Amino acid sequence: MTRASLALVVLGPFALLGLATVLTWVERRLLGLWQDRHGPNRVGPGGLFQPVADGTKILFKQDWIPPFADRSVFILAPVIGMMTVLLSFGVIPLTDTLWIAGNLNVGLLFILGMMGLGVYAVVLAGWASNSKYALLGGMRAAAQMISYEVFMGLSLLGVVMLAGSFNLRTIVSAQAGLWFIVPQGLGFCVFLLAGLAETHRLPFDLPEGENELGAGFHTEYSGMKFGMFFIAEYAGIVLISALIATLYLGGWRGPWLAPALWFALKTGVVVVFFILLRAALPRLRYDQLMALGWKVLLPLSLLNVMATATVLMLRATP
Amino acid sequence: MHAPIPHALGLLCAATTLVGAMMVITRKVVVHAVLYLVVTLLALAVVLALLGAPFAAALEVIIYAGAIMVLFVFVVMMLNLGQADSARESEWMRPRAWLGPALLAALLCAELLYALPSLLAPLPPPFAGPATETPLPPAPPLFRLGVHDVGLSLFGPYVLMVELVSFLLLAGLVSAFHIGRRRAEER
Repeated sequence: MTRASLALVVLGPFALLGLATVLTWVERRLLGLWQDRHGPNRVGPGGLFQPVADGTKILFKQDWIPPFADRSVFILAPVIGMMTVLLSFGVIPLTDTLWIAGNLNVGLLFILGMMGLGVYAVVLAGWASNSKYALLGGMRAAAQMISYEVFMGLSLLGVVMLAGSFNLRTIVSAQAGLWFIVPQGLGFCVFLLAGLAETHRLPFDLPEGENELGAGFHTEYSGMKFGMFFIAEYAGIVLISALIATLYLGGWRGPWLAPALWFALKTGVVVVFFILLRAALPRLRYDQLMALGWKVLLPLSLLNVMATATVLMLRATP
Repeated sequence: MHAPIPHALGLLCAATTLVGAMMVITRKVVVHAVLYLVVTLLALAVVLALLGAPFAAALEVIIYAGAIMVLFVFVVMMLNLGQADSARESEWMRPRAWLGPALLAALLCAELLYALPSLLAPLPPPFAGPATETPLPPAPPLFRLGVHDVGLSLFGPYVLMVELVSFLLLAGLVSAFHIGRRRAEER
């Protein structure tokens, strides 16, 4: 392990938490811009210190555990949410040489596994809160995330077939000539939608639909435990964006600029796109969400796998 | 044969697996039991990874811990178990109920202890490594059984099994469809 990756291990989590916090401000400002209003602009230059003010406030909130909740699981749930997202970042290569475990030969599977475990955060929060809105939110989240994990895995298979590896570094290296978004456009669309559902962002934020479920699975949470869910969600957006940049947009590859800068730029563009989707699209109904998943995205991703395999076979046997 | 650190880690994970499995049986709140089962599966995944099968470890996490156990939690949430069920659970766990299983388990344990020396004995020549006098070959790399090997053996010698399993899954799918189907008169 090089000194740089050791530094990443120590500083990475803090950098990510800071990034996720700043992202809350970026989102609110951008939403303000697109919805023709101001957004938070009072604290510091352009409202930049708003996250600091929010964070300070949330730290001083009462750390309330409802007496009817299952205490240990209630505390465990946000920890799982945070851990799984942070661990996933470990296998993403920032540049050709700068990573913690970017060379792991099952890197992509590791991320899928962590996302699978991330479901527990939401489900257990819903169960442990022992209240109806939280339970409903948790059940919705479980069904939604399990369903969309299927298509997420399947849509990634095209990339894996083209690169011939689950190793994220190899996948980026395989995009030297052409970014995978071109031959894998269909897989990219499916992955993007699955990523939205996996981070339960609008238009797929049914587990926490405010106007029907209170706040869904985290209705009973307050103080820093709620803050952890919040930050984990934003870190999840960064994770999905970084994955899209790595898998489909050529990772650190690009002319003129430094590789790390290219990676940050691509990730940032996808993050902004995620926020734009929130500003532009209304929330789906739950049955629409499930129908879209199983009746449209599943066949599409299977078709993508089949087409990619056929092309690869034809190319291999001239 | 074993590098000391992976060996110690493996023992630690094996211990975690055992303790987790015991907790699964003795918990009275079902979700707690399910969570301990998740811990057990994760520890098993680490054991697999240490044994040089990272692909199997990843699948263990994705499929068992990440999908099947979430379904368990989902069903438990639907059942809405409460205080009464926990009380009934503790009713079932009186000392007398432990007697029979404990006896059987002790018998199995004794058999295992009896058989262990022969399992640990050096293998006959075709399977044994080089004789102990010659220096041991360098330890194999940690990642041995990768995705390629698993895929090749699944669609090579085990292709019949794969087909049979897919039949089974198809049967499950068809029956789930049949059970979930709305009948004409119910519409």
